[in-house]
Amino acid sequence: PSPFSRCFPPSQDIRNTVGNIPMEWYQDFPHVGYDLEGRRIYKPLRSKDELDLFLERMENPEYWRTVQHRQTGSELVLSEEQLELIQRLQRGNFGDVNFDPYEPSVDFFSHEVRIHPVTNRPADKRSFIPSLVEKEKVSKLVHAIKMGWIQPRKPKENIPTFYDLWAREDPNSILGRHKMHVPAPKIPLPGHAESYNPPPEFLLSPEEKLAWEQQEPAERRLSFIPQKFRSLRAVPAYSRFIQERFERCLDLYLCPRQRRMRVNVDPEDLIPKLPKPRDLQPFPTTQALVYRGHSSLVRTLSVSPSGQWLVSGSDDGSVRLWEVSSARCLRTVPVGSTVRSVAWNPNPGICLVAVAVDEQVLLVNPGLGDRLLVAATDQLLDSWEAPQEERIQPVQWIPAGPEERAKGIRLLVQHGKEVSQVTWHPKGDYWASVTRGPGSRRVLIHQSSRRWSQDPFRKIPGMIQCVQFHPVRPYFLVASQRSVRVYNLLRQELSRKLQSNCQWISSMAVHPGGDNVICGSYDSKLAWFDLDLSTRPYRLLRHHRRALRSVAFHRRYPLFASGSDDGTVIVCHGMVYNDLLQNALLVPLKVLKGHVPTLDLGVLDVAFHPQQPWIFSAGADGTLRLYT
Amino acid sequence: RRLCILKGIYPHEPKHKKKVNKGSTAPRTFYLLKDIKFLLHEPIVNKFREYKVFVRKLRKAYGKSEWGTVERLKDNKPTYRLDHIVKERYPTFTDALRDLDDALSMCFLFSTFPRTGKCHVQTVQLCRRLAVEFQNYVIASRSLRKVFLSIKGIYYQAEVQGQPITWITPYAFAHDHPTDVDYRVMATFTEFYTTLLGFVNFRLYHSLNLLYPPKIDSQAEDGLKPAEGKEYAMDSESNLERLSALSASLARAVAPAHEDEVEMDEFPVEGETAELMDAKKKEQEALEKHKKLFEGLRFFLNREVPREPLAFIIRCFGGQVSWDRSLCIGATYDATDPSITHHIIDRPRVDKQVVGRYYLQPQWVFDSVNAKLCLPVAEYFPGVLLPPHLSPFVTEKEGDYVPPEKLKLLALQRGENPDEESQEEEEEEEEEEGDNDKEEEEEEDESEKEEEMKLQKMEEQKMEEQKTQNKKVLPVKVTAGKVRVEDKQRLEQEQQSEEKRLAIMMMKKREKYLYKKIMFGKKRKIREANKLAEKRKAHDAALKEQKKKNKKARQA
Repeated sequence: PSPFSRCFPPSQDIRNTVGNIPMEWYQDFPHVGYDLEGRRIYKPLRSKDELDLFLERMENPEYWRTVQHRQTGSELVLSEEQLELIQRLQRGNFGDVNFDPYEPSVDFFSHEVRIHPVTNRPADKRSFIPSLVEKEKVSKLVHAIKMGWIQPRKPKENIPTFYDLWAREDPNSILGRHKMHVPAPKIPLPGHAESYNPPPEFLLSPEEKLAWEQQEPAERRLSFIPQKFRSLRAVPAYSRFIQERFERCLDLYLCPRQRRMRVNVDPEDLIPKLPKPRDLQPFPTTQALVYRGHSSLVRTLSVSPSGQWLVSGSDDGSVRLWEVSSARCLRTVPVGSTVRSVAWNPNPGICLVAVAVDEQVLLVNPGLGDRLLVAATDQLLDSWEAPQEERIQPVQWIPAGPEERAKGIRLLVQHGKEVSQVTWHPKGDYWASVTRGPGSRRVLIHQSSRRWSQDPFRKIPGMIQCVQFHPVRPYFLVASQRSVRVYNLLRQELSRKLQSNCQWISSMAVHPGGDNVICGSYDSKLAWFDLDLSTRPYRLLRHHRRALRSVAFHRRYPLFASGSDDGTVIVCHGMVYNDLLQNALLVPLKVLKGHVPTLDLGVLDVAFHPQQPWIFSAGADGTLRLYT
Repeated sequence: RRLCILKGIYPHEPKHKKKVNKGSTAPRTFYLLKDIKFLLHEPIVNKFREYKVFVRKLRKAYGKSEWGTVERLKDNKPTYRLDHIVKERYPTFTDALRDLDDALSMCFLFSTFPRTGKCHVQTVQLCRRLAVEFQNYVIASRSLRKVFLSIKGIYYQAEVQGQPITWITPYAFAHDHPTDVDYRVMATFTEFYTTLLGFVNFRLYHSLNLLYPPKIDSQAEDGLKPAEGKEYAMDSESNLERLSALSASLARAVAPAHEDEVEMDEFPVEGETAELMDAKKKEQEALEKHKKLFEGLRFFLNREVPREPLAFIIRCFGGQVSWDRSLCIGATYDATDPSITHHIIDRPRVDKQVVGRYYLQPQWVFDSVNAKLCLPVAEYFPGVLLPPHLSPFVTEKEGDYVPPEKLKLLALQRGENPDEESQEEEEEEEEEEGDNDKEEEEEEDESEKEEEMKLQKMEEQKMEEQKTQNKKVLPVKVTAGKVRVEDKQRLEQEQQSEEKRLAIMMMKKREKYLYKKIMFGKKRKIREANKLAEKRKAHDAALKEQKKKNKKARQA
């Protein structure tokens, strides 16, 4: 039954028989349940609206004590007792008025022994007689003690925790392990910046602070930000103190230790002691002349054996002849295509220039200087008679037509492949040409007086970069990508192979003495070989910053030079001694600047004057320069 | 890991990394084979195993709730001692002293840990005890040399038997324990360090003829007893507290007749080296003087001043110190004592000043110790902007940046014009008071002149530095000079530098690398020094301008 059912006055006995169910189930019905006879109990006619409620509240003095019965929906007026009960419950008192919670208690189970027992149960027998189980246990223990199985606890030994450990220290008894011992380095002592009140210059400016914050913690130079406090009172605890101690611990037992020899060298001592350049004069020091005229980069140049003329070949398809002393362009020979290489005949009795253009080599008589000489050269070339039986030649020798002859061209040697380099034998009759591209016949040796060519090599491994005739002996030097091979032409065999230690050789020059060779490479190294010493370079110089394009020896002075893509020419002193015991002395003398690097190319070719200590350089900016 | 820490075994960097690592260059750590074999024979390994077994048994007993067994097991808890390891790692006492830095720092750190949480209470107490004992030893032997207040903590450097020992203590605040720290590693280290420090303390105390579990001198004890008898019930605790108060001298095992002996001992040592005798004697005298820096002075520490470090330092140099009775036990005299000469205070203003004593900020004590003389007190009055606190550990080499304060200090130490500063100071004070305009102006002019002189000096110094730098490093670009003589010089220099550059071209690769590295280091050093000097100059200029403005404002 509902909680209200108890307080029903028995006179109004309308019992709802639905039982203790949620009354929401009857929400949609007109009735709320059934009485004892099974008739429906109807809800009061309509629920009262606000106005009715208000009116009732105003009019009915019993309103405040009227509640609605939940089960029947009828209204009940609470009686005085009911109200009192509610108030008591609200106050937290007991519902029963007569109940007194604070009655004096009677403790039945107290420490005092009463004369009457609480229960009337008679005492057990086992409370009178000793326990057998206990007896057994005790006897076991006694037996164990008698047998010595159980022993009394040992009194704690009282060893002093600390005593004089090093009382009998013997310095000789140090273990061998301690010789290997590397003591941990001490923590570096703090500097001014760590002070709580550092001088103002040690504080970081905002930019520095920002930079500090952006750095990785490992690469910071200071592990903290210097701060300034006005007084000691204001200094807070350092938040990373425990971490730092912990890191130190980790360092102590996890960091590998190594004995390092501290390099305590004066840097000045590291610089090698070299003779002063001033004492090694003469050498070119200043730029004297600039030869302008070419419209594109000047690939190559060559000086006449007399030292009076200069020939240069350029990408604009012309060969120009210059007078050295006045920088005047005397003649221009248009050849129509890129000039790869020019070479002046080193024989002073012949006035001839070999020009490599595209697939052919032109032999040009510049027609400069002594008339007799010019005429003699022409005669020499014309005096050729075709041999009786035609021999098969790798190239075609074509005499120049009248038009070309007017330009100075005397002979055309058709190669069929692009020619990259021509070079003369020092005697002036033979010359060699290098062609690009795959296949055999990449190096050919020609004899100009007999118009006769031959292919000296059956097979050449690798790419041929350049070739040189040996100035004294019948040797022929071929530079491939990594190495330089020296062939003996008389015996027709490979006499030695020089390993350059460079990635890609670009150029090569032979010392006029014939025992030394220098190689320039594209990985900006210059290798000096001493043929007597070994096949490895005697010295590798890395003085250029970019790729080397050409190297040259002076014929009379102990000078050599290298031109590089960084637009500089470095002149070095390269003294070779006659006695075999003394190695060559290499001293860089001068860095010559002047060429403007264009298209990532700087100096493309260098050549020394045959007599004077002068040097010519051809640059990618379309000029030639003379340094004296 | 624990074994490695205790035995002090660390990885080695092999000489040929590739050879050891079978050709690969991957980073790996290498231990010496001998070291590892050596670990196998360690008797403590067995102890560790026993302990492991003990823990297992105990857990089992707990699980079965056999309390009797638990009790028995706990009673027979295996213990181990690290004495032999200490002896093995440090065969001589000097070795132990050499490695004391980390041990001390760790002990001082652990002694500040709270009694709950991160580590065992016993460890913390032991650390505290050992640290206090060591401090007492330093006081008794007067071996403290340098102190430094950094933002991380307070650095101390003491010289014990010729070995410099540096340690750092954190400021007395609660730690916020970081999460990325493995306390077990730290605890293992501390375990070893406490053992080491205990033995070292024992030996040190005996070298001074002091009783080792240190006891306070009986007369001093009598003075102390009545005061704290009521407050402290536990005797052992109060003993430690009294020790840590650092105020009383320690009891000696032997009657204090030995001091004369020491003196006697020292003479023959000096006599042996005839040529160095003078220098040594002087040094000795300076040292003695340094040791008695605060002799006869009576200090009083105000409540806000960190008591322990200051009391430690002052007592180390022979001063007498006291503090407020409510702050800590061991206070010997009151703030009202008329014989107090220095009152250390760290608040902007003093409420009521007593005549006859200096009121100073705590930095004065530290700076005086580092300067090895009692500095002029004027700069350290309460509320005054303090002069910068410099690190005593820095010794400037040639070419390094030297802050001007250090120069001043050096001059003071040499005994040159010690008045200048005080004059300046006075002038400034007078300026602040603002009484006599004319005089003030003159004086200020003077001071400005002086400042200018200083600036000039600094500039000169810098110029010199630059010159040296130029000579050493850079191709010279001296500002345009049309005079021929200079031109010649310049030409010569250019030539020289070019020669050098050419010679550098000829260096071998390895040498070149080394040379470049050295030069880079040098350049960076010079750059940093220049930067600092520049900053200082800018700061001084700003300060001067500010001063002028203030003055104008006052005049207007």
